[in-house]
Amino acid sequence: MSSSSLSLEEVRRIAALARLRLAPEEEERFAGQLSAILAHVEQLKELDVSGVEPMTHALAAGEVPALREDAVLPGLSPEEALAAAPAREGTAFKVPRIIE
Amino acid sequence: MAVADFQTVIGLEVHAQLLTRTKIFCGCSTAFGGEPNTHVCPVCLGLPGVLPSLNRRVVEMAVRTGLALGCAVRPKSVWARKNYFYPDLPKGYQISQYELPICEGGEVPLTLDGVERTVRLVRIHMEEDAGKNVHDVSADGSSGVDLNRAGVPLLEIVSQPDLRSADEAVEYLKSLRAIVMALGVNDGNMQEGSLRCDANVSVMRRGASEYGTRCEIKNMNSFRFLRQAIEYEVRRQVELVESGGRVEQETRLFDPDRGETRSMRSKEEAHDYRYFPEPDLPPVIVEPALVERLRAELPELPRARAARYQSALGLSAYDAGNLVADAAVAGFFDAALAAYGEGAEAAKKVANWLTGEVARLANETGEAAASWKLTPQKLAAVLRLVDAGTIGGPGAKQVVEEVFRTGAEPEAVVKAKGLAQVSDAGALEAAVDKILAANPAEVEKHRSGKKDLTGFFVGQVMKETKGKANPAVVNALLRKKLGA
Amino acid sequence: MTAPTQDLVRLGLREAGDAVGARRVSSRALVDAALARIEATDAKVGAFLAVTPERARAAADAADARAAAGARRSPIDGVPLALKDIFLTKGVPTTAGSRILEGYLPPYDATVVERLEAAGAVVVGKLNMDEFAMGSSNENSAYKPCHNPWDLSRTPGGSSGGSAAAVAARQVPGALGTDTGGSIREPAAFCGVVGVKPTYGRVSRYGVIAFASSLDQVGPLARSVGDAAVLLRTVAGHDPRDMTSSTRPVDDYLATLEGGAKGLRVGVPREWLEGGGVDPGVAGAVRSALDAYERLGARLVEISLPHSKYGIGAYYLIAPAEASSNLARYDGVRFGLRAKDARGLKEMYSESRERGFGPEPKRRIMLGTYALSAGYYDAYYLRAQKVRTLIRRDFDAAFERCDVIAGPVTPSVAFRLGERTDDPLKMYLADIFTITCNLAALPGLSVPCGLEAGSGLPVGLQLLGRPFDEATLFRAARALERELPALPAPPGV
Ligand SMILES: [Zn+2]
Repeated sequence: MSSSSLSLEEVRRIAALARLRLAPEEEERFAGQLSAILAHVEQLKELDVSGVEPMTHALAAGEVPALREDAVLPGLSPEEALAAAPAREGTAFKVPRIIE
Repeated sequence: MAVADFQTVIGLEVHAQLLTRTKIFCGCSTAFGGEPNTHVCPVCLGLPGVLPSLNRRVVEMAVRTGLALGCAVRPKSVWARKNYFYPDLPKGYQISQYELPICEGGEVPLTLDGVERTVRLVRIHMEEDAGKNVHDVSADGSSGVDLNRAGVPLLEIVSQPDLRSADEAVEYLKSLRAIVMALGVNDGNMQEGSLRCDANVSVMRRGASEYGTRCEIKNMNSFRFLRQAIEYEVRRQVELVESGGRVEQETRLFDPDRGETRSMRSKEEAHDYRYFPEPDLPPVIVEPALVERLRAELPELPRARAARYQSALGLSAYDAGNLVADAAVAGFFDAALAAYGEGAEAAKKVANWLTGEVARLANETGEAAASWKLTPQKLAAVLRLVDAGTIGGPGAKQVVEEVFRTGAEPEAVVKAKGLAQVSDAGALEAAVDKILAANPAEVEKHRSGKKDLTGFFVGQVMKETKGKANPAVVNALLRKKLGA
Repeated sequence: MTAPTQDLVRLGLREAGDAVGARRVSSRALVDAALARIEATDAKVGAFLAVTPERARAAADAADARAAAGARRSPIDGVPLALKDIFLTKGVPTTAGSRILEGYLPPYDATVVERLEAAGAVVVGKLNMDEFAMGSSNENSAYKPCHNPWDLSRTPGGSSGGSAAAVAARQVPGALGTDTGGSIREPAAFCGVVGVKPTYGRVSRYGVIAFASSLDQVGPLARSVGDAAVLLRTVAGHDPRDMTSSTRPVDDYLATLEGGAKGLRVGVPREWLEGGGVDPGVAGAVRSALDAYERLGARLVEISLPHSKYGIGAYYLIAPAEASSNLARYDGVRFGLRAKDARGLKEMYSESRERGFGPEPKRRIMLGTYALSAGYYDAYYLRAQKVRTLIRRDFDAAFERCDVIAGPVTPSVAFRLGERTDDPLKMYLADIFTITCNLAALPGLSVPCGLEAGSGLPVGLQLLGRPFDEATLFRAARALERELPALPAPPGV
């Protein structure tokens, strides 16, 4: 269905939003593949869903989970927290300069 | 430029950090400060596999706030993910509420130029705070990320665009601050950022029916900056419109050093937060029984308290307003008055000390009322010492200051500093005689009736006695000696 | 204590546990046998991404000490097991099959890992999987392909391909996997083992790397129904760290396991066998399983699930949407791969993610980001969640008339590696029978029901149950398991 086909420009917009760098051939490939998937998904539009509540949560309705009490629990030491960090400065995670 | 030809329209979004012990979705402490990443765990670091676990107190505080502000509390509200990338946002999304917030409607009362009014609220929702980016952590200009604050619970309180001036916006924020402090849900500390606000500002020509394009201003961490930022922004927008330009909808940052707002480059990308219901958290169910319990537990709110201070204790609107702006101060006032005495006169005395000398000391030291070393009992004791004539006004000031700084017992301070007032006429007579002898010309002038110099002589005697002389006794002695 | 390796690795989970309890076999011998079997076969199978012999042997010795002291923690104390590499294991590499987590050592254990260890089970390693559980053939593993022990040229299924292959190849008697759209049941069917996707909320997801949060569920794979039941009971139950985990008590599945199928109402969805594109060999095996139920005194009831054909469409909006958000944390800031040569912050993000993610996660991130982006939310994500409600209603209505629903797991037996990799949509469409179970949050199970005539490859029967009624699924599957001849050992290893 043409209404669901994705332009290269849209693929680029989505990739930027998702922070994914794509090679030009990947952009092409995704435009085709995603369009095919979206065309299949178009079939959902056959259904009349007016008045249907969305199932946003899968846990059985009526189960009200207990909330956590406001008491401090042990966390990680800075060394544990930073153990897997690709770069650090002191006990902070180091990242390229942030421009505001 | 004709700012007066334009109507300013302002809506405020206030972020209030909740006074919980732990973060909203994990058991980490919310304590302020400390080395980077010392209050973190897998959950607030956004490590793979973690899930949020909701803090009960956050829901209770949100409902309490909603009830105090007359909001409708939703029996079932829903969490949503707000998706964007930023180093201080560990999961790549913020857990917030979007379509179905916990509270809707409600209003905040305010008084401006003696006129009372209310500002309508759109909603109140719960969300998690982000961490902190630290700039220039190393020589190469890199930034650092500290996640101690990530996951600290916030309430976002959103007003309707009902505010019409910077003054009104400031009064609104003052009123709201007093309320959340009275409720015990927020410490009111704007400098440390536990109460922050963003302002949506637009201008429209008077008589126009549609609002102008609005700008969102961030980073105003004091009442003064809020006022400055709005005033600047209004001038900027009016100039722009007057010169034939158009206001662009954008996010602007207030720069306190320059007193200006400027466009935020990092927000240049079009916002597309891709909100959707948070699948890791079931809806928040607020049972009617919880609402009723929290309603019954609501404390007296600032406006009611101020009215009571005026009608029952005869305080001025000004004094009453000052006292209730900080619930801890108002609580101190109540306790000090109870310890000291009854009636309008007693209330006035306690209020004067609190809004005067004590407020000055608190300001100077930056100490919150809850942690003062001066207790209500000690302030009452000082007042009783004054009443008994043990100390005079200047002595009392010294005692209060010393007690405020050290927490010492007032009587002990009086003794240690030798501040007790001298009321014995025999003891003071020598000082009076000495002053009269030293100032023959003034004595002559006074006696001749050319000028009443009693005040001058009393002042000299006080100086001579290092402020310890009882002024009433000195007065009586002078009358006798000068034959007035 | 001197049984040869080949005998020890044939023991099922409960048999092995009983042997340790009776001190006929040591846990150490079981673990050594498993490690030897892995060593001998995994070059061909490719089920393991990491093996942890030292830890396993130490844990086995501790289990033996407990057995000697009469202080066993559970009936499976000392039994070797393995975990899909999606479960966080403290200090043991956890990759989710992705380059972006290469070498990552988590600082904590998943709740199910804690529960297994509390029961004394011995984890011997981490299992191969499709990257971030996205796939149905294990071909999306960033590290290596995994092969079906029945025919090494074929896929073991996915995304829990390593879990199914390891159990089928007698490397371990049981494993844990996760199932978002069929990721336990499909590989279980392809490899001829039992696989269970419990009701959403039955097992904690804490410490399980998320793919699609409202669909993911942890479940067991084992070589018998009873073993799967024991493994599920070990890890199931409420976890305060997972607010979507249910507080309902966990049933004693073994107590009702041998209850038989007499009087059981088996629902057969009209839509599934008719015109469902099911290969004749698969349809035949499923038919014969239904016949077996009738012989056992069950009643077949024709039911209708009119919205199930919309399942794929709904699933391929909801799952990628949630995934696009769940995978945002892989940003190179706090852990995982970072493009260190990137010029600025934005470049660091997009280049780290470009290098770290394989094509399938990228495709789904793109699809999900699109489905959630401004202007499309109502048309895609919201509509899909409403269709989900309709699918659930179909099942609610069906379960008025039957106790379990039976049908195929997949339209075909295990396909050849490489056969479908160039057409993602075709790969997605094969999930048609497994996906609705996740969308409706129901329990589902795959139990072997024979071999396809001709290929000689295993076929699975899928059983779906009412929410939290795993006990009936186990009972029904056990009745079939007893009735049908046992499968031979897979010929590939
Ligand atoms: Zn934490």
